[in-house]
Amino acid sequence: MGDDSLFLQYLLSGITKGSIYAVVAIGFNLIYSATGVLNFAQGEFVMLGGMIAVTLCAFLPLPVAVAAAVVIVALTGCLLEILFFRKLRHHTIMHMIIITIGLSIVIQEVALHLWDEKVRSLPYFSGSEVSSIRIFGASVSPQVLWVLGTVAVVVVLLHAFLRYTLQGRAMRACSSNPDAAMLSGINISNMRTLSFGLSAALGALAGCVISPITMTHYEMGAPLAIKGFAAAILGGLGNPMASVVGGLLIGVIEAFSVSKLPAAYNDVTAFALLLLMLFVRPHGLFGSPSGESVREV
Amino acid sequence: MLLQVKNLRCGYGSLEVVHGVSLHVCAGEIVGLLGANGAGKSSLMKSIIGLMAPWHGGVWMNGRRVAGQPAWRSISNSMVLVPEGRQIFSDMTVRENLLMGGYHNPDRGMDLDMVLDRFPRLRERIAQVAGTLSGGEQQMLALGRALMARPKMLLLDEPSMGLAPLMVEMVFAEIRAMRDLGVTILLVEQNATATLQIADRAYVMESGEIILEGEAAELLHNPEVKRAYLGKGYKEVWE
Repeated sequence: MGDDSLFLQYLLSGITKGSIYAVVAIGFNLIYSATGVLNFAQGEFVMLGGMIAVTLCAFLPLPVAVAAAVVIVALTGCLLEILFFRKLRHHTIMHMIIITIGLSIVIQEVALHLWDEKVRSLPYFSGSEVSSIRIFGASVSPQVLWVLGTVAVVVVLLHAFLRYTLQGRAMRACSSNPDAAMLSGINISNMRTLSFGLSAALGALAGCVISPITMTHYEMGAPLAIKGFAAAILGGLGNPMASVVGGLLIGVIEAFSVSKLPAAYNDVTAFALLLLMLFVRPHGLFGSPSGESVREV
Repeated sequence: MLLQVKNLRCGYGSLEVVHGVSLHVCAGEIVGLLGANGAGKSSLMKSIIGLMAPWHGGVWMNGRRVAGQPAWRSISNSMVLVPEGRQIFSDMTVRENLLMGGYHNPDRGMDLDMVLDRFPRLRERIAQVAGTLSGGEQQMLALGRALMARPKMLLLDEPSMGLAPLMVEMVFAEIRAMRDLGVTILLVEQNATATLQIADRAYVMESGEIILEGEAAELLHNPEVKRAYLGKGYKEVWE
């Protein structure tokens, strides 16, 4: 394999992982915009999506299992918001962020008891682990195309939802100015619940499409949450579409760092990038310093 | 009586800032609510609309008790507040801002045209992000957004604040035009003279209480109004 195709191989694997980080980062942003909370349980939605789909897949056709998993996790997200956040609006944001960390631990433990510590995976959506497609000399699993395609569709649909539908605009209105949104007759409590449900659904879908490649494991959520957070910061908090760029960048940088640095340093790259951004440009690549930034949290 | 407020008390934390205020607004009226900074006017507006829970007393809209309901329900009571400082959705476009005003209005498409006809400046800037508008344009946007909900009762909190004199004149002309449209208006203002010129009646608030009320034309020449703005020592200093 020549240098070019090796480069392409790294790039594609980086984009694949990065697109999952992007989805997690979008989830972060949706909840952050609507509620001001950084939801560190975001990665657990990805894990739950994968796990539930694997379980359902035993007796349901794959597409049905995936759809059902997404719906179940979305409802779980809504339920968590209603149980733990709706009644807690008078608490500080910091309290609520710590609650999300607690939730993340609880969800992991529950998952451990429900599914034990075995690594599972969904079957390949098309083809099998040995089938591959050659793109410019690099061999690519068809599942990679599933991941990229799904993420692309999700991003476009979400963008259209936020931009062109009444409910999507109402969601943006809530994050832009909650009081004014309320005065326009928008029930912002419900919008917050919706933001949790939507984030959870996105995470679960990502968990399903990535499952055949990276496997699903009860502990997979926390690292994903951190990478997704890094991606959200890199793009700039409060801007869901910028986190797509953030996620892809982190994925690609990570993939190339593996080619240069020992594999053990894999996670270091993302963390280093996160710290660098927080020190140098906390408002992200696309945010403006006067706008929303992580400093406000 | 369209809006009635009886013995309303509210405040922040343990600090009461409105000490039992009663007022009413009849359909078709423009009623002014005057007073110096910190008199409790904005807090009163917030608890009428539901942004702040009243501690005591009640608010009736069209005979229905509305106090204590969340603010997002106020629209279904045909009551809309244009808050202090305009509070537009600054990172959304002018069009999106207006459409949000009509969130519960099934004819929002039609009403959008109606509002844009009233505010041609907004039509010129329809696709612009609202945060980039001038102060006067933002105030028009806030008024237009409120109209999109087809309110019967409009509460305006300091609509002339921070505007250039020419803009202030336009805003007051617009308020009068909205009354002619059939909208009843409760107008909170520091600009007493301009308010009393367009209002039918007015209340004067000081330190969380209503100290004066009456026909606007009479209050216009009442020295007590001036005193309420300038503080308690006014008489000794000026007379």
